[in-house]
Amino acid sequence: MGKTFIKPEALSDQYTHYCPGCTHGIIHRLVAEVIDELDISGRTVGIAPVGCAVLAYNYFTFDFQEASHGRAPAMATGVKRVRPDLAVFTYQGDGDLASIGMGEIVHAANRGEKFTTIFVNNTVYGMTGGQMAPTTMPGQRTTTSPFGREVKTTGMPVKMAELLSTLETPGYITRQTVIKPKYIAKAKKAIKKAFEYQLEGKCFSFVEVISTCPTNWGLTPIEAVKWAEETLLPYYKLGEFKTPD
Amino acid sequence: MAKVLMKGNEAIGEAAIRAGCLNYFAYPITPQSEVAEYLSRRMPEVGGMFLQGESEVAVSYMLFGASACGARVFTSSSSPGISLMSEGISYIAGAECPVVFINIMRGGPGLGGILPSQADYFQATKGGGHGDYRLLVMAPASVQEAVEMVMISFSLAEKYRNPVMLLGDGLIGQMMEPVEFPDNLASEPSNKDEWATSGMDTRGTDKRNLVKSLFLDSVKLNEHNLLLKAKYDRMKQEEVRYEPYNIESDYKVLVVSYGTMSRVCKTAIDNMKEEGFEVAMIRPQTLFPFPEEAVNKAASKESCRVVISIEMSMGQMVEDVERCVKGKLPVEWYGKCGGDIPTPEEVIDSVKSFYKEYI
Amino acid sequence: MAYKLYIDTNRCKGCGLCVSVCPKNVLQISEEINAKGYFPVYQALPEDCNFCATCCMMCPDVAITITEENEETVEQPE
Repeated sequence: MGKTFIKPEALSDQYTHYCPGCTHGIIHRLVAEVIDELDISGRTVGIAPVGCAVLAYNYFTFDFQEASHGRAPAMATGVKRVRPDLAVFTYQGDGDLASIGMGEIVHAANRGEKFTTIFVNNTVYGMTGGQMAPTTMPGQRTTTSPFGREVKTTGMPVKMAELLSTLETPGYITRQTVIKPKYIAKAKKAIKKAFEYQLEGKCFSFVEVISTCPTNWGLTPIEAVKWAEETLLPYYKLGEFKTPD
Repeated sequence: MAKVLMKGNEAIGEAAIRAGCLNYFAYPITPQSEVAEYLSRRMPEVGGMFLQGESEVAVSYMLFGASACGARVFTSSSSPGISLMSEGISYIAGAECPVVFINIMRGGPGLGGILPSQADYFQATKGGGHGDYRLLVMAPASVQEAVEMVMISFSLAEKYRNPVMLLGDGLIGQMMEPVEFPDNLASEPSNKDEWATSGMDTRGTDKRNLVKSLFLDSVKLNEHNLLLKAKYDRMKQEEVRYEPYNIESDYKVLVVSYGTMSRVCKTAIDNMKEEGFEVAMIRPQTLFPFPEEAVNKAASKESCRVVISIEMSMGQMVEDVERCVKGKLPVEWYGKCGGDIPTPEEVIDSVKSFYKEYI
Repeated sequence: MAYKLYIDTNRCKGCGLCVSVCPKNVLQISEEINAKGYFPVYQALPEDCNFCATCCMMCPDVAITITEENEETVEQPE
């Protein structure tokens, strides 16, 4: 009984700037573990967003590029088109991917660009202080929806996994979460599957990860997990929405 | 080597291929869509990569990603498209990546028109995007010159690790002229192992590369900006290109003009010379770095009374001309927007009427 | 197989997630502040730990590691 557990090589030693209890740390680690297990560090290029993960490149030990807000899928397209042998992934938050970057992700997915996107959905703009995002829940208070998100004037939260899965082009589209151990193992499997599809040259792969933002939700990390489980998971359903096979 | 009759836009596309650039991302926009159309057929023929992106914004970042991992890339667009790319250009300059941009200028501002203009001078030379950066800007006046400038632009971009822009206009893009592709201008690919995110295995190292433009620490950001500035200062020392015309004569008026407009001015100057009225011209071939010394020296001529900046805009290059003349002579502007290129007669009229004011 | 668990108190941000998921209630938040001003976690009942690594999995900061008894503990630099 029992097992070893050490930091993956693809993850650097640096202490992160993320808030206590922020699930970015877990997701970073899962990506690094997958890269270690597939032994692809020497040919991986990560593309960091603008958002809390803007400094993501400090936490990984392989080649990285820094994108402007929302444009990581375009940069990834550029890399993958000129170097199809590189393993390329974008790592993006809600504002980055579902707001300003909506065009870029939809078109990259539709063209079937063979890179992997890790989409960290915590229903707010984290880095800039907790503003409303396209993924904010109805009634959820944020710094730009102080009275709660009004569906009448701002619509319903966007379900990116479902939206991308309606495209005809083959892809691997899944939604996972890392808020509890029982989900973390599944999330890692999904991330690994996503990278494996890329290495086979098969399709675009997209892993949405429901995450917490204790600081901007105004909750403790443990309360945030509870709120995510009770309010987000019923709306943002977990599972595989599309596979290329 | 055979001369071929080619449309400017197509010649530009071919020139890039001859210079060893086999990667092209672009978005259609009049008057340069033929570059993309030509390359969509030609790139597969030479084993190159062609991708039409979903917008100029996206294209600017595709260029960034591709350049950042060590590939030689270029794009072509026109004025409104270059505006959209401007944020990307700022990022590319800040992250020190080499990318070549071709701007076939059309009328503006806004949707403007589809006919030629020279109204993106400020945008190209003063920085259309945010922050302290400059582009190395070249301005061809013929299809042949465009070909040669495209061919050297890649090694210039790689020499400085900076974006380079070719400022053409709709006429250069659309007209057909005989052109040849010189062999000796094919530029060597540079060694990008020091900085490109080409994959650690590719470089045979365990040192990773990071391409970014963020420097949150104020001291580091200042140092970075000083580093960039040093490049632009070096460009000013090493890359100025211009053509003097009729400069040996006792000219009464100095004209500064570039691109298509300069060809009309040449005809006007030749016509005036026949009447015994001497006019000289400095034709900048690089708009940044601007031929400051050449203009200043030419404005010091005893016989000269006035300097006129002639451009298809409401007066943009005239501000640089004024700055270079440093008050030695009055500086005037003549130009037209809308797409009708001033005729030699209109240029002659304007030169003579300005001269009259300053006898 | 014998294991040892190591908590890097400088990496820990005291978020408490590991405490909430430990199936044996081994972990508690300590009252001793670390260099960054957080109250890191510690093993209150180390003898009950079965090295299931659930805490490790849950930790966003890789503050908890488990190695085999005869190995050197993987120490994180300051």
